[in-house]
Amino acid sequence: MEHLSFEFDGGVHAPKSGKAYAVAGVVASSNLEVLAQPQELGGRVRFEVDTTAAHFQDAWRAVITDFIERRQPRDVLFSINDFAAIPPVVSLRLDQAWEGLE
Amino acid sequence: MSSPDKVARRTEKLARVAKAFGPGKVIPAARTVEFLELILSPGDRLVHEGDNQKQGDFLAEKLAQMDPKKVHGLKLALSCIGLPEHLDLFENGIAEVVDFAYAGPQGGRLAELVGNGTVKIGAVHTYVELIARYFAELRPDVACLVAVDADAEGNLYTGSNTEETPALAEAAAFGGGIVVVQANTLTDNLRRIDIPGEWVDFVIESPKPFHLEPLFTKDPALIDETRILMAMMTMKAIYQKYLPKVLNHGVGFNTAAIELLLPTYGEELGLKGKACTHWALNPHPTMIPAIESGFVEAIACIGGEVGMEDYVASKPDIFPLGHDGSLRSNRFYGQMAGHYADMFVGATLQIDPFGNSSTVTADRLAGFGGAPNFGAENRSRRHLSEAYLRAGAEAHQGEFMPQGRKLVVQMVETFQSANTPTFVERLEAWEAMKTAGFAIPPVMIYGDDVSHVVTEEGVANLLLCRTIEEREQAVRGVAGFTPVGLKRDRTMVANLRDRGIIQRAEDLGIRKSDVSRDRLAARSIHDLVRWSGGLYNPPSRFRNW
Repeated sequence: MEHLSFEFDGGVHAPKSGKAYAVAGVVASSNLEVLAQPQELGGRVRFEVDTTAAHFQDAWRAVITDFIERRQPRDVLFSINDFAAIPPVVSLRLDQAWEGLE
Repeated sequence: MSSPDKVARRTEKLARVAKAFGPGKVIPAARTVEFLELILSPGDRLVHEGDNQKQGDFLAEKLAQMDPKKVHGLKLALSCIGLPEHLDLFENGIAEVVDFAYAGPQGGRLAELVGNGTVKIGAVHTYVELIARYFAELRPDVACLVAVDADAEGNLYTGSNTEETPALAEAAAFGGGIVVVQANTLTDNLRRIDIPGEWVDFVIESPKPFHLEPLFTKDPALIDETRILMAMMTMKAIYQKYLPKVLNHGVGFNTAAIELLLPTYGEELGLKGKACTHWALNPHPTMIPAIESGFVEAIACIGGEVGMEDYVASKPDIFPLGHDGSLRSNRFYGQMAGHYADMFVGATLQIDPFGNSSTVTADRLAGFGGAPNFGAENRSRRHLSEAYLRAGAEAHQGEFMPQGRKLVVQMVETFQSANTPTFVERLEAWEAMKTAGFAIPPVMIYGDDVSHVVTEEGVANLLLCRTIEEREQAVRGVAGFTPVGLKRDRTMVANLRDRGIIQRAEDLGIRKSDVSRDRLAARSIHDLVRWSGGLYNPPSRFRNW
C-alpha cells in the first residue's frame, strides 16, 4: 500500500451541483473508487491516493494533470482507493466523479 | 523411388494403397499411420486442415506418429498451426518448412522452434492468400481434411464449420493431389453433400469427433466501462458519420461491446436500417440482441460457432442455411465478403506512431489470419456505397481523380496490461523479422491502410491527415499515457483536435457518467440465451448460472 498526496492549482469550474459528494467506480482488481467532495481550497484541487501498486507517482501525476487541464475543476478534494487500475481507467473514474459534482 | 511427374506419383501411391488395403475409399482408423506412410513421399507438400476453430486433430496425431525414416522433408501448409502435433512434426524430423496464416495458441512454441532452427517458415499469409497459393505454386500433394459425416463413396457433410474444406479439397483434387478425410461418422445417409465424393480419395472414421473451438464467444460480463466508452465513441464518430452498411468485426471484446450496444445506443443514434445491415462474420453470440432487434438483414459466415446451431437454424433469412437447415460457412467467400465491405473494425497487440500494427511480438509468432484482408484499403473495389464515398471524399479531398475509401478501424486500449502499452515506438515485428529471417517485418495492417484509431482517449481520423507528421501526431494524440502518447507535440495535437481530426468523448457529446454497463443489451451469457428464446446453447465453460 502506498499513500500519495497531490495538490495543484485548479481551473475555472467550482462544483455547482450542491451535492456533498459524488462517487465513481469500485475497489476491485484493476479498478478504483473515486470520492469527490467540494472543499474550500482557495481555488486549488487536492488528491489523496491510496494505491496497492507502489512506484507509480509519475503516472498519477500525469493522469491528474491531464484531468485538471481537460475538466478545469477547482475547490474539490478527490479521495482515491486504487486497486492497480491502469491510467485510462483512472481517467474515466475521475471524469465520472467530477461529472457527478459539477 | 517416386516419379517426378505429379500425376504418375499419385497413380503410384494409389496403387500402393490398393495393394495394402484392397479396393474402396474407407481406411480403418487403426491402420492410419501405415496408410499415411504410403501416400506421403519425402519432400511432399502436405496441406492439413485446421483453423482457428475446427481442428483435424485425429490426422494430426497420426501424422506425427509416422516414421521419419520413411517420411521426411515434408512441406507443411495449413491455415492455423493450432495443435502441438503440428510442431511435433518438425521436432520428429518429418516436416521442415511451414506455410501458414495463423498460429494462435502455438505462437510461443513456434517462435522458439524458429529461433533454434527446427522450423523453417516459408511465409506468413492471410487465409485467402494461402488458399490462393494452393492453386498456384503451393499445389498440395496430399490434403488431410475434416468432415462431420462421410459416406463410403467419399461424399462429405462438413456442416456449420465448413470453412476451408471446399477450397482445400478443390486445390488438391484438381491439382493432382490426394484427398484424405477424417470424418466423425461414416454413414449412408448424409444430411447434405458439401463436397462431392469424386473429389475425395479416402475417408477415415476418427475415434472421436474433431475439436471445435468456440473462438467467437465473448462473455458480456467481461465488458468493462472503458470498452463501452470506446464503443460509444466509435459508434458516434464513425458508424453514425459514415453509415457503413456492410462490415466485419474482429474477434475481440471491443467489437463485442459495439454489437451489444446496437439495440440501445445504436438505436438512439438512428443507425437501425441505415447502417450495419450486412455482415461478414461468424455467428457471434453477442449479435443475437441486434438480430432480434431488427438491425441485421444478412450475415455471410466465415465459420460457425459452437452453441449457435439451433439459433442460426431459426434464422433462414439471415444465415446461409442448406436445405437440410444447417449452416454452411465458407472461409474463402466470407473473407472476400469482408474484403469488399465498407468497414473493418478490429484490434491488435501493438501499434507504432505511424499506425502500423502487428500481432507478432518478439516471443510469439501469432500470424494474422484474416485481418489483413478484412483490414486493408481495397484498391480493387469498384462498386459504390455511401460509406465508401464519404470516406473517399475525406481521404482524396482535392485530388484530380475522385476515389472511394474503405474504413479500416483499429480499436485498441492504450495498455494490454499495466506494464504492456499497445502503442510502441517500434513494433516487436522488427525483432521477429531477425529471428525468423524475414526480409521485412511481419506487419498485420499497414498504417496507410488504417482510417481510424480509437482508444479510451478518443478517435483519430487518419483519412484527414495530410502529412506523415500529422498522422504521427494523430496516433500519439490518442495514445493516452503510454510513452508514445506522452511524447506527443501538444501544439500539433491541439491543432488536430480543432480540425476534428482528433475527437475526444466531450467533442462527441458523450458524458463519461453516461458510460455504463446498463447500456449493454445483454450483460451476461445468460442474457444472450434469453434474447435467443432459449435457442442459443452456450458451451459449458460459459455457463455460470
